[in-house]
Amino acid sequence: MSDCCERRPVGGGEPGGNCCEGAGAADTPVPSATVDSRETARYLGAGLLALGMWWLVYRSLPAFSRWFTYSLAGLAPGDRMTSAVEFFVYDGPKVILLLTLVVFAVGVVRSFFTPERARRILAGRRESAGNVLASLLGIVTPFCSCSAVPLFIGFVTSGVPLGVTFSFLVSAPMINEVALVLLYGLFGWKIAAIYAGTGLAIAMASGWVIGRMGMEKHVEEWVYATPAGEGEDAGPGVPSWRDRVHFGLDAVRDIVGKVWPYVLAGIAAGAWIHGYVPENFLAGIMGAGAWWSVPLAVGIGIPMYSNAAGIIPVVQALLGKGAALGTVLAFMMSVIGLSLPEMIILRKVLKVRLIATFAGVVGAGILVVGYLFNALL
Amino acid sequence: MEIAILGTGCPKCRQTAEVVRQAVELAGVSATIRKVEDIQEIMKYRVMKTPAVAVGGQVKIAGKVPTVEEVVALLSQGSPS
Repeated sequence: MSDCCERRPVGGGEPGGNCCEGAGAADTPVPSATVDSRETARYLGAGLLALGMWWLVYRSLPAFSRWFTYSLAGLAPGDRMTSAVEFFVYDGPKVILLLTLVVFAVGVVRSFFTPERARRILAGRRESAGNVLASLLGIVTPFCSCSAVPLFIGFVTSGVPLGVTFSFLVSAPMINEVALVLLYGLFGWKIAAIYAGTGLAIAMASGWVIGRMGMEKHVEEWVYATPAGEGEDAGPGVPSWRDRVHFGLDAVRDIVGKVWPYVLAGIAAGAWIHGYVPENFLAGIMGAGAWWSVPLAVGIGIPMYSNAAGIIPVVQALLGKGAALGTVLAFMMSVIGLSLPEMIILRKVLKVRLIATFAGVVGAGILVVGYLFNALL
Repeated sequence: MEIAILGTGCPKCRQTAEVVRQAVELAGVSATIRKVEDIQEIMKYRVMKTPAVAVGGQVKIAGKVPTVEEVVALLSQGSPS
């Protein structure tokens, strides 16, 4: 589920403060043809400057955290407290910085995609190829769980196969930029890549399976009776680069502005675990040896609803105390990818049997991933 | 002029209704605001993103909570009266 349902309305004025509004705005009137290119150049310059500063700050974090821990706070090396503090002072700013950059970039990328565009690409696709495409589009298309129903109807009435639609609906919430950045920042790129790869595989496979099962009759009848909408793309045509940048800045303010407390709480939990909790504390109950831990994690995770940022502290705690990676991944996927509120929303267009099948197929996919990683690692 | 707020009742839809109400007041136009919450009726507008705002049956904004300024601009260009 994406976080957008709780977004606040954007107050008037220019988004994102004035970091992109260069001070030297044109005082003298300029011929309108050159305004565009001047503005683009201005944005490009400001962007490069911001990126350079970002890089400098990012690079100096290890030194800063050492300085903070040993010189400013005066902690002795080798102490538990010291290692917890150093971990927090390094990882906190690091993850927030990464999150800001990635959310901005994803925001700009998403300004190229709309649900209407995804639908045009997917309409009339055959299964298999359609499932793959839909899963990929699910990642880059802006999607909010409150739009799940209109999106579903818009897809199936304009000829997107049911299974392909489901691939989209699975991948859109499950693989999101916040989850990936947090996994990368806290556990490294391998775990982030594993999460994205297996999440995509689940979206493709479960959509394909649902398509094979011929569940069309379990969609509420009125859905197919809805006139196939070409649906006007609302709003003023193609966005300019200025709009795209502001789209990215809006995304940063919306998402980073909302999730940072969770992120810091998660890292604080991680720091505490890093310093204090003995390793393998949970290995007995949630380690790779306990076969029932994966289904249990998925069973608890499916009805739960949380965004990626909220679940990361839990993931951090579980992994840190010796729970097996597969079990934790399965838990995280089932919490973010499937939720009771989403199913209740979908009940308006799907009969109970199809919803149960949807949850069952996706849940089974997550189980396989959990067992696979517990066996491999 | 009739303004329809399309949305199944999520927080964003309520915010949108509030923004539109303020905009109507600010623009000083006479308009009726109607909230459309029934999904079958919403689909008649052929939108894929909610919340959406339709003025006189025409979908003008979809998939985001608009700013008051946006709606005011919309209202003044839409009707010369």
